[in-house]
Amino acid sequence: MEQLLLLIFLPLVGAVIAAFAGKSAKIVSTVFSVASLGLTLFIACNFIPDASTQFEVNLPWIANLGINFHAGIDGISMLVVLLTNLLIPIIILSSYKHDYKNPAAFYALILFMQAGLLLVFTALDAFLFYIGWEAALIPIYFICAFWGGKDRVRINMKFFVYTIAGSLFMLMGIIYLYLQNPAHNFEISAFYALNLDVAQQGWIFWAFFIAFAIKMPVFPFHTWQPDTYTAAPAQGTMLLSGIMLKMGIYGVIRWLLPIVPAGVQDWSCVAIGLSIIGIVYASLIAFTQKDAKRLVAYSSIGHVGLISAGIFALNQQGMQGAMVQMLSHGINVVGLFFVLDIIFSRVKTNKIEELGGIAKVAPQLAIAFLIIVLGTVALPGTNGFIGEFLLLMGVYNVGIWAAAIAGLTIIFGAVYMLRMYQNVMLGKTNELTITFSDIQGSEKFVLYLICALIIVLGVYPKPLLHLTEASVQHLLEQVNQKLTSVK
Amino acid sequence: MNIIITISITAFIVLYAGLFKANKALLPLTVVGLLTALGFTFCAWGDNTVHFGMMQTDNFALAFSGVCIVGTLLIFLLTQNYFHAKSDNIAEYYTLILFALAGMVMMVSYKNMAMLFVGLEIMSVSLYILAGIRKKDFASNEASLKYFLMGAFSTGFLLFGITLIYGATGSFDLDKIQAYLVNNTTAISPIFYPGVILMMIGLCFKIGAAPFHFWTPDVYEGAPSLITTFMSTVVKTAGFAAFLRLFEGALAPLHEFWVMPLTVIVCLTLFIGNVTALFQKNFKRMLAYSSVSHAGYLLFSLIVLTKNSGSNVLVYASAYTFASIIAFAVLILVKQKTGNDSFESFNGLGKKNPLVALSLTIAMLSLAGIPLTAGFIGKYLMFLNVMTEYKTLLVAFAILNALVGFYYYFRVIVAMWFKDGAETTLATPVQYKVVLLVSVVITLILGVYPAIILNLI
Repeated sequence: MEQLLLLIFLPLVGAVIAAFAGKSAKIVSTVFSVASLGLTLFIACNFIPDASTQFEVNLPWIANLGINFHAGIDGISMLVVLLTNLLIPIIILSSYKHDYKNPAAFYALILFMQAGLLLVFTALDAFLFYIGWEAALIPIYFICAFWGGKDRVRINMKFFVYTIAGSLFMLMGIIYLYLQNPAHNFEISAFYALNLDVAQQGWIFWAFFIAFAIKMPVFPFHTWQPDTYTAAPAQGTMLLSGIMLKMGIYGVIRWLLPIVPAGVQDWSCVAIGLSIIGIVYASLIAFTQKDAKRLVAYSSIGHVGLISAGIFALNQQGMQGAMVQMLSHGINVVGLFFVLDIIFSRVKTNKIEELGGIAKVAPQLAIAFLIIVLGTVALPGTNGFIGEFLLLMGVYNVGIWAAAIAGLTIIFGAVYMLRMYQNVMLGKTNELTITFSDIQGSEKFVLYLICALIIVLGVYPKPLLHLTEASVQHLLEQVNQKLTSVK
Repeated sequence: MNIIITISITAFIVLYAGLFKANKALLPLTVVGLLTALGFTFCAWGDNTVHFGMMQTDNFALAFSGVCIVGTLLIFLLTQNYFHAKSDNIAEYYTLILFALAGMVMMVSYKNMAMLFVGLEIMSVSLYILAGIRKKDFASNEASLKYFLMGAFSTGFLLFGITLIYGATGSFDLDKIQAYLVNNTTAISPIFYPGVILMMIGLCFKIGAAPFHFWTPDVYEGAPSLITTFMSTVVKTAGFAAFLRLFEGALAPLHEFWVMPLTVIVCLTLFIGNVTALFQKNFKRMLAYSSVSHAGYLLFSLIVLTKNSGSNVLVYASAYTFASIIAFAVLILVKQKTGNDSFESFNGLGKKNPLVALSLTIAMLSLAGIPLTAGFIGKYLMFLNVMTEYKTLLVAFAILNALVGFYYYFRVIVAMWFKDGAETTLATPVQYKVVLLVSVVITLILGVYPAIILNLI
C-alpha cells in the first residue's frame, strides 16, 4: 500500500519543489516524473494480472461524511497509470527546446495535474474520484490559458465551463448514489452492489455519461475540443489528448458500466450511435482542415469515437480493444503533436499548404513522423492495429452496419493522415522549409522512444492484453450478473 | 456571557484610549480583547449554559461566535493605515466595530426573541454609523442613509412578526414557542402564520436575500471597503446563525408551512445574485452581488432540516467569510495603488505580485466552489443536504447558477494572470500578509480536511 501512496504523492511533492525551483524546475520535474515512471514500472512488475485489486490503500479521510482515501490498482487501472506515468516524462522532455516564461509554474502545474490524474485512475471512493477529476482540470486550465496561443482566454473559459458543467451533474449523481447506499459511504463496491430500478439507472446514466462524454469528447459534446487543442501550448495539447481524455474513457469503464448496467443497456444504442456519428463527422471535417494541428484534433475525436463505441458494445473484444487503444492512442497522439510542435517551432506555422518537402532536409524527422502516422492509421505491425481490430470486432457483435460505418474511420483516417503527411513532408521544398534543421538531442530521444513503443507494442501486444484481460472479464461478468438480477 | 462582557469592556477601553489620543495602542488593545473573548469561547465549550433565560451559549452559539470573532480579528489587522488616512478619530471605528460584534454574539446565542431584537439593533445601529463614517463622502452618506432606511424598515417587519408570535404563544422564549407548536398541532392560532412570514422577511432583509436585497450593492459599494468587508462577511454569518437558530429550532415543527416561501426566496436569490453579478464591471459590486448569491446557497440548509444543518452553515459561512476577507484585502491594496476597483485595475497583477495574486486566485476558486478549497466542501454539504429529500430540480438549478458563477469569479483570475497591465508592485504591509496567509491556510485546510469543524455542532 505504501507504494501506491508514494505513487500518488510523489508528483505532488515534485510540484511543490518545482514551484520554488525557479529556472531549474525543468530538471526537478524531469527527475520526479522519471522517478514516478520507475516506481510505476516497479509496481507493474509486482502486479499479478488477475482480477483482484492490489496495492490497496484505505484510510479514513472525512469520517463523518463517509469519505475514505480508498485507492487501489487492478488491471484496468494499471494500464492507465502506466500510460500516465509514461507520457508525463515524455511530455516534459518534449518541452526541453521551449523557453516558457515562468517555468517553475509551468512544470509545477504539470506535476500537480499528474497527481490528479493518478487519483482519478486509482480511486475506489467516488468522492476521491471526483476530487481527482477536478484537481486534474484546474492545472490544465491554467497551462492552456497562460501559455496558450491566440484567443486562449475565451477558448479556455469555454473548455473549463463545459467540463465543469458535466462534472457538477456527475457530482449530483454521486450524491444520489451515496444517499441510496445504506452504508452511507462512497465505496465503489457498495455502489456496485446497489439495487437501483431501471428509471433511476436511466437518469444516473445520463448524469455520468455527459461528464464522461464531454471529457472524451463524444459528438455532440465535442465543440470545445478543436479550439482548445489548437490554442493550447504543445505540452498542454499532449496532456489533454494523450492522458486527459482517457479520464472519460476510464470513467465509463470503472463507474458507468458496473453501477448502472441497465441504464447502459437501455441507452447503449444512443451512445454507440453518437460515437459512430462522431467518427464519420470528425473524419469528414478532418478532410477539410488546413491546419495540421486541427486535423489531428479532429482525427482524435474519430479515434475516441471508436473506443467509446467499442466499450458500449459491452463485450470482451470491444473492451480489450478499448484498453489497448487507450494506450496506443495516447502514445501516437502525443507523438503527432510533438512532431507538429517541432515543425511549428522551426517555421512558425502548421498550415499544411505552406509546408512541404521537409523530408529532404530532415530525413530523421520524416522517418519518425511516418512511423507515428502509420501507427495512427492502424497499419498491421504497429500499435494502432491490434486495438482497432479488437474494437471493430466488438462493434461487429452489436451490428454489422455499425461495424461497417465505424470501419470507415480506418480508411478515412488513412486517407487524411497520409495526405497530410504527403503535403507536409514530401514534395518540393519551399523557401520556408529549406532552412529546416533535423531533429537533435532531446527531440531525437523522445521521437525514437515513441517510435520504438509503437513498433514493439504493435509486434508484441500480448503483455498488454494479458495485463487487463482478467480485470475486464471480471468487470463484464459483474455487469452481466447485475443485468440478469434487475430483470 | 463572558464573551459579551469582554468585548464590551474592550470597546469602552478603546474609546477612552482614543480620548487620550493613544492611537498606537488601539490595535494591540483590541487584539488582546478579542483574543481573550476567543479564549472564553473555547473555555465555555460544551457547557451549554442558559443565562437568565435570555441567552444560551450552546456549541452552536460558541462556534458561530468563534467564527465572528476570528473574522473581526482579521479585519482589524487590515485597519493598518486604513482608518488613519481617512479620519482623526479612529477610536470610534474600533469601538463601533466592537459594539457590532457584541451585538452579533447576542444574535447567535439568543434564547429569547427580545435578545434577538436587542442584538440585531446593537449591531445595526453601529453599522449605520460605520457605513456613513466618511461624512464628507457622498457615496458613504448615501450608503448610510439607504442602509438605515432599509434596516429600520426591516426591523419593523421583524418586530411585527415577533409581536404576532407573542400574541399567539404568549412568550418570547424559543423553547416555549416550540412547545406551543408541538402541543397544539391542530389549533395553532391564525396570527402565528403571518408572524412567521414577517420574521422571515425581516431576517431576509438583514442577510440580503432576494427580493429584499436591493440595498446591498449600493451600500456595499458606498461604504468604506473595510466596513464592506465586515458587513459582507462577519455580519452576514451572524445574520445566518440568527436565522438558523429561529427556524431550525423553534419554528422547525412548522417546516412544511414556511419551506415553500423559502424555496421561492432561495431560487430568486440564486438567480438574481448570479446573473446580476455577471454584468458588473466593478469588482466590489461583483462581490456584493455574489454575496447575495451565497446567501441563496446558505439558505439551502433550511430547505431540508437535518441534524447537520447547523454545521453545514458553519462550514459554508466560514469558507465564504475567509475567502471574502482575502478578496477585500486584495481589493483594498489594489485600490490604494490604482485608485479604482474595476476589473481592469487587476490586469497584470500576477506578474509583479505573484503571492498576492495567488491568494486572490485561491479565494476566487473557493468562492466558485472548486475542490480542495473550503468553498467546495461548503457547496457540497449544501447540495447533499437538499439531496437527502431528493430535490434534484433544485440542485440542478443551483448547479446552473454555480456555472454562471465561474464566469465572474474567473474574470478576475483572467485579469490577474492572462492580461497585460500596468505591472505595479503593491505595497503590502506585514499585517496584510498575515491576514492573507491565515485566510489562505484556513481555506485550504477546510478544503482538504474539513473534519476538524464538521463535528463541532
